Amino acid sequence: MYKIFKYVIRDILRNRIMLAYTALLLLASGSIFSLEDTSAKAILSVLNIVLLIVPLVSIVFATIYVYNSNEFIELLLSQPIQRKKIWLSIFYGLSLSLGLAFLVGIGIPVLLFERSLTGLLLVACGALLSVIFAAIAMLAVVFTRDKAKGIGTAVLMWLYFTILFDGLVLFGLFQLSDYPIEKAMIVVSSLNPIDLSRILILLKLDISALMGYTGAIFQDFFGTATGMTLSFVALMLWILIPVGISLHKFSKKDL
Amino acid sequence: MRYLLMILIIFSATQLQAKSLHVGKQEAYKTIHQALQVVADSDSILIHAGLYQEGNLIIDKSISLIGIDNPILDGQYKYEVISIKANYVTVEGITIQHSGVSSIIDYAGIKLYECNNVRIEKNIIEDAFFGIYVQYGTKCIIRNNHLRAHKKTEQESGNGIHCWKSDSLQITGNQIQGHRDGIYFEFVTNSIIWRNISSKNLRYGLHFMFSNHDTYVTNVFENNGAGVAVMFSNHVHMYNNYFRENWGDASYGILLKEISDSEIEGNRFEQNTSGIYIEGASRIQMNRNLFKGNGWALKIQASCMEIQLHNNDFIGNTFDVGTNGSLVLNNFNNNYWDKYEGYDLNKDRQGDVPYRPVSMYAGIIEKIPVAMILFRSLITTLMDKSEKLIPSITPEQLKDDHPHIKPVVS
Repeated sequence: MYKIFKYVIRDILRNRIMLAYTALLLLASGSIFSLEDTSAKAILSVLNIVLLIVPLVSIVFATIYVYNSNEFIELLLSQPIQRKKIWLSIFYGLSLSLGLAFLVGIGIPVLLFERSLTGLLLVACGALLSVIFAAIAMLAVVFTRDKAKGIGTAVLMWLYFTILFDGLVLFGLFQLSDYPIEKAMIVVSSLNPIDLSRILILLKLDISALMGYTGAIFQDFFGTATGMTLSFVALMLWILIPVGISLHKFSKKDL
Repeated sequence: MRYLLMILIIFSATQLQAKSLHVGKQEAYKTIHQALQVVADSDSILIHAGLYQEGNLIIDKSISLIGIDNPILDGQYKYEVISIKANYVTVEGITIQHSGVSSIIDYAGIKLYECNNVRIEKNIIEDAFFGIYVQYGTKCIIRNNHLRAHKKTEQESGNGIHCWKSDSLQITGNQIQGHRDGIYFEFVTNSIIWRNISSKNLRYGLHFMFSNHDTYVTNVFENNGAGVAVMFSNHVHMYNNYFRENWGDASYGILLKEISDSEIEGNRFEQNTSGIYIEGASRIQMNRNLFKGNGWALKIQASCMEIQLHNNDFIGNTFDVGTNGSLVLNNFNNNYWDKYEGYDLNKDRQGDVPYRPVSMYAGIIEKIPVAMILFRSLITTLMDKSEKLIPSITPEQLKDDHPHIKPVVS
């Protein structure tokens, strides 16, 4: 297993797109931190990258990578290796390299310019999002054999998590505005890893005062150690469940 | 030479009339009480450095109480330190500390009871319940005092400068910190508040109600629990004040409620949760103010009318204007908005298309506060962009027809 993992890592880290992605992140975050006058504003701008670009690149790259290594997977399957080990080592390799690219691209500038709890949280959430979207990509791949369809599904997933989900939430809010739904919104927000990360980070910034009563209720939950732990558990579940399902599917799949 | 001699003689004659009583360990009078018993109108009591714990001092003659090298008058947390019940009294250069605290009696460092022409100057008032309390005062001057309190809750804390049913006061150059309200006015008319710094107070930096014809110039209100509240008054003039860092859930740069016929000009609002919150106000001129880096620059409720906003700068605010209805009886014109994306073809420095300062998302939040969980998500940004092109939800009339292309004030 370690051998496959090592091979995947070496393969991805040599990939030009990966290098370009790292360089892009480094350039973007570095210039944001040196241009913005206050660190809170810089964090907000970096937050947009973390919530939009990072998931998109993670999901698309992971999908394409798994499709491209189809022949490699088939070759491995002819060897006496467990399917589970093959699938997991590809996932580990993908998430480690995507995480590494993120940590170099965003983590280093953030830790250089903004060494606060907020900065740390931003880096942690971004790294987790990289892994989560790699996991979702694995799920998209395992369900479709066609490469074009698979990539389409992956992009659709990204679209769902960044825009459509929020649109549905907004629609629901309009319908249920007469009810006290603040607490229910905490649960709803955990159904989308991007929303959850956004709220976690915004509450740490002092703009949380803008969020009024809703912000206060969210602060009450996410501000505590239990709330923080629970939300990280939710993010972990966003990794474990897609990987688990895809693993189950892959072990039984007729290739 | 003859005139000079005459002036000298007259001057020395008045000097002879008005005695100076020295109080101190090595002086003629050991306690202030002894001096107060023999003092006559227009005399001075000079208090030398030292700690005086004499309970309550009642001044009922027109005298000057002057501290030399900062004598400390201590109220031992039990007494009101100085009570002034005469006209033409001066209190200067004294440190007053530890006044009594009570929930029934308004103990103060210095309290004025129905008097006029009193001057309170250059005193330091430390850890008092109420700092300076003016009750039925006229033509009194409160100048260059430092007031500091360290209480934690609003209940055990009084106001810094508290004025009630007074007229023609001058409150100038004071620094007030850590009280409940920095400056509090109730039924105070024709007064001026100038060059004060009111910061870190538990509730409001400045709080006034039913106080008409007052002017506020060049004050700094900073980092107060809830900013500044102005209610039920008319003919209020606020010029060149600085409202900053009033940050919190219920915190405002200024909260205007039921205000009419007033002018708010040349003020700066920076880093407040809401720069100005207006409710039920009418006929207010707001010109040449700067709103910078606030959460909401302006929250203007539909209950306001004839509010004129001209030549103001709105820079770097999260939301420029928030409102709660579609009725707009106010006028926005010639302001600078940093979010304006229009153009100026004829180069008259005014945009050719109107700017709509209420974003769609701000409108949604006003209706459904929970929608705040979508703050800074992609969908709200997209919605705002499309709403700017084709307005449908935001109030049609709330717009600036001739926005400035460049900042007006800054």
